[in-house]
Amino acid sequence: MSASEVELDGEKLKGIRDTGLDDATLHGYLSKTWKTPDGLYGWLATVDHKRIAHRYVVTAFLFLVLAGISALVMRFQLASPEAGRVGPDLYNQLFTMHGTTMMFLFAVPMMEGFAIYLVPLMIGSRNVAFPRLNAFSYWVYVSGGLMIWVAFAFNTGADAGWFSYVPLAGPEYGTGKRPDFWAQMVTYTEVSALAVAVEIIATVFKQRAPGMTLDRMPIYVWSALVMAFIILFAMPAVMVSSTMLILDRLVGTQFFNPASGGDVLLWQHLFWFFGHPEVYIIFIPATGFVSAILPAFVRRPVFGYLGIVLSLIGIGLLSFGLWVHHMFATGLPQLGESFFTASSMMIAIPSGIQIFCWIATIWGGRPALAVPFLFVLGFIVTFVIGGLTGVMVASVPLDLQVHDTYFVVAHLHYVLMGGAVFPLLGAVYYWFPKITGRMLGEQLGKWNFWLVFIGFNATFFPMHILGLQGMPRRVYTYPLESGWGGTNLFVSLCSLALAAGFGVLFLNVVLSLRRGRLAGDNPWGASTLEWATTSPPPSYNFPRIPVVDHREPLWKNAEVLPVAEGLRIDAREVMVGTVADAVPQIRQPSADNSIWPFLAAIAVGVAFLASIYTPWAVVWGSLPVAVTFIGWFWPQAIPEDEE
Amino acid sequence: MDKLRCAGGIGALAVLLSGCSQWQSALHPQGGGARAILGLIWLFTAVSVVVWVLVVMALAMAVLHRRRGQQAGEPLVMDRRREQNFFRVVVTAVAVTVAVLVGLTFASFLTGKSNAALNGEAFTIHLTGHQWWWEARYQLDGQSDIVTANEIHLPVDLPIRVELDSADVIHSFWVPSLAGKRDLIPGRPSAITLLVEKAGTYRGQCAEFCGYQHAHMAMTVVAESRSAFDTWVARQRLDALPPKVDEARRGQAAFLGTGCALCHTIRGTPAAGAVGPDLTHLASRGSLAADTLPLTRGALAAWIADPQSIKPGARMPSIALSADDLNAVVAYLEGLQ
Repeated sequence: MSASEVELDGEKLKGIRDTGLDDATLHGYLSKTWKTPDGLYGWLATVDHKRIAHRYVVTAFLFLVLAGISALVMRFQLASPEAGRVGPDLYNQLFTMHGTTMMFLFAVPMMEGFAIYLVPLMIGSRNVAFPRLNAFSYWVYVSGGLMIWVAFAFNTGADAGWFSYVPLAGPEYGTGKRPDFWAQMVTYTEVSALAVAVEIIATVFKQRAPGMTLDRMPIYVWSALVMAFIILFAMPAVMVSSTMLILDRLVGTQFFNPASGGDVLLWQHLFWFFGHPEVYIIFIPATGFVSAILPAFVRRPVFGYLGIVLSLIGIGLLSFGLWVHHMFATGLPQLGESFFTASSMMIAIPSGIQIFCWIATIWGGRPALAVPFLFVLGFIVTFVIGGLTGVMVASVPLDLQVHDTYFVVAHLHYVLMGGAVFPLLGAVYYWFPKITGRMLGEQLGKWNFWLVFIGFNATFFPMHILGLQGMPRRVYTYPLESGWGGTNLFVSLCSLALAAGFGVLFLNVVLSLRRGRLAGDNPWGASTLEWATTSPPPSYNFPRIPVVDHREPLWKNAEVLPVAEGLRIDAREVMVGTVADAVPQIRQPSADNSIWPFLAAIAVGVAFLASIYTPWAVVWGSLPVAVTFIGWFWPQAIPEDEE
Repeated sequence: MDKLRCAGGIGALAVLLSGCSQWQSALHPQGGGARAILGLIWLFTAVSVVVWVLVVMALAMAVLHRRRGQQAGEPLVMDRRREQNFFRVVVTAVAVTVAVLVGLTFASFLTGKSNAALNGEAFTIHLTGHQWWWEARYQLDGQSDIVTANEIHLPVDLPIRVELDSADVIHSFWVPSLAGKRDLIPGRPSAITLLVEKAGTYRGQCAEFCGYQHAHMAMTVVAESRSAFDTWVARQRLDALPPKVDEARRGQAAFLGTGCALCHTIRGTPAAGAVGPDLTHLASRGSLAADTLPLTRGALAAWIADPQSIKPGARMPSIALSADDLNAVVAYLEGLQ
């Protein structure tokens, strides 16, 4: 290696390019350039998208466990009528924390984490766009999550539902600081989600490998792109509404006070304008998982690429036109009812197109019943039920009977667990080898699948019937005479099987990390670029940037993948190309490790936290934020400038 | 064969559902609105079952159907004619989906329209939601109004207008046997029409999360013949009868003297509080504390002695009464027929 350094020394001012270098030399330079320093500093300062994504996924799973435990405690209370195991105060905090955590701290960050990990690898780039923003987004997310759970530990857990309707969460009826913690947690996670959305859009549009035109982009990358756009347009609505809520509570504004000309329904419109697209922020990347997993196990490309991509975009657009179906019981004009019924039903069309295309894919392929594929099958079987009950609640008269009952609890879990968690678990089994270098155990995987599949259906299907029998949601107990006791006991018992399924998953992960079979680069014989590099990938992802001439690059070029050359290897650079055709345009410097995003996140976090107690925190808190941002953006002497 | 299976599935589901209790259930409609909606529920359920069975069968066949010699592991070579066939099948399936959705949307629209067409109301009930009980004011014929709580009486076969409002947070009025729910939103009064077909007692429950005791915010709707209803109205219009026995008289004094009267009204006495439910004809009701307890002597005593252990967070405070006073107050309230 030293020999090649000497040889290239004369060119150092212009930077060292990867042109014509042998693999060992290339690896030497690249691993030095893209290295994350050892020790605590490196841990805090890294901007490697894989390490950050890793953290996102692990943290989101921890929040899943917390939210899952909350659910089990609720099921313990509901197992028998008029039980006194959990009082109303704790119960209300539990279901609020369960919903809030699942939506804001588990599902969305989990999908973002996977996107941050997979997108650069799938499009053949070395890092996401804006790597420091990426690091910042994780620290902001984790501080928001920690804050609301620490508050819960001190009996200040949010207790007005994950939707925090006013006036119940407003200044008059929201007790203590509970709704304030909720509102600020939303602000934290929204800031981080918006940051991730911006990164993903820029990465997908500008950093694709040469030749990866938009119509050669893997469907998963399309789904991440659509997810990012939905985040971009939906999240501001909830940031605005949660800020208005905290202003009402803290400085006496009257946005939601009807006595002063405010409007309590304004909250619902703003919240659901975000809240409904939120479901698709979770669901769309999950369908992307399905489209990514399927080809590897049926040995053919997904049928109907164009139809699926258009469906994803269609769902993304339509998701903004149906928020009012969460508000049918507030009373709407007949025309409004008809409009939102029709728009809500319409979203079943693109979802249906995807399902039909997947079934055609399986039909035309040669299925191998490996664990990721089992989860895909489980997804289709359960998600279709959730989709059909979705059509039911889209009907205004029907919804007026089942709204806010256990029917809707069943529906939303079929959509979110069936529609997103099943593909997610499939994705864990599918990409675990890439992320860790080891396979997850197949046998435990099957236990995992069947426990989750049977446990899930046995837990949630009976809830449809409970809802029709009149059991409302969010009740901490119910009378003996209701006759709901038997079904509730059955549901509570089955929830243990579901929990055991997740226990098996975690056991499998722990065992496989140590003893799992070594995976190799491409254990599933898959076709997309992330399988072209080692498992786990090196810090720089690819030694040479691949050139793409087909939708399934690794199937087309089974022997040798064509590569592009010319990037610098003594400084961090990524290749930037045109939006539609990915024709290389420039070599773009990529930010190096930095401690500033971490410090900035601390400053932002402290300012948000303090603003729960005094509005002046916004004023004084902006000073440290400004300092850390100045440090972050301080101009670097980029070697390229010396040319 | 498909159809047979589906019919079997629907049958099994129907048996499962009809085996359930008749308590506060959308499956046992006794009012025009709820009956129409139940028809819609069955229509949607039947269509859903058919669709689900077809999708799962297609999926099962896709996984299991026999395949001719292909190399395991190698990516398959696409056959153009086969892909075109898939395209035709998928397009057909999408077209059928669209047609089914249009049909369901239309059915939903017709049901909504017929439910909205109920009118010609005989009189109006103002229902106000409170944390965590219901206040009902009847506006009958210009004479003095009736005020009651947590139990409303209606004549059968007569459309009644129910105006909804809230005194604090959002609640939702829902009597599943009679009609779909409608929210009670502070600052946004609204109204629905109820039409009960059959005499009986129906339970309703708040359906919008409203705080600590959302679970214990229920109510009773008593539907009865016109004559029984008129008798009830006549009684409710009267002031409370003065207590007849000594114990009840002591109870009245204790009621008026210990703070109960600050929150509750008993017409015909100085008690005129407007915070809690009107108790003028408490003993004519079937239950207590928004249908949390049956209205019995023991339940009444337990509720007055320690409301916070029965309904934690309820706005009713525990008032320190001696055992004698407690019994006397219970005796007095029991006489408020």
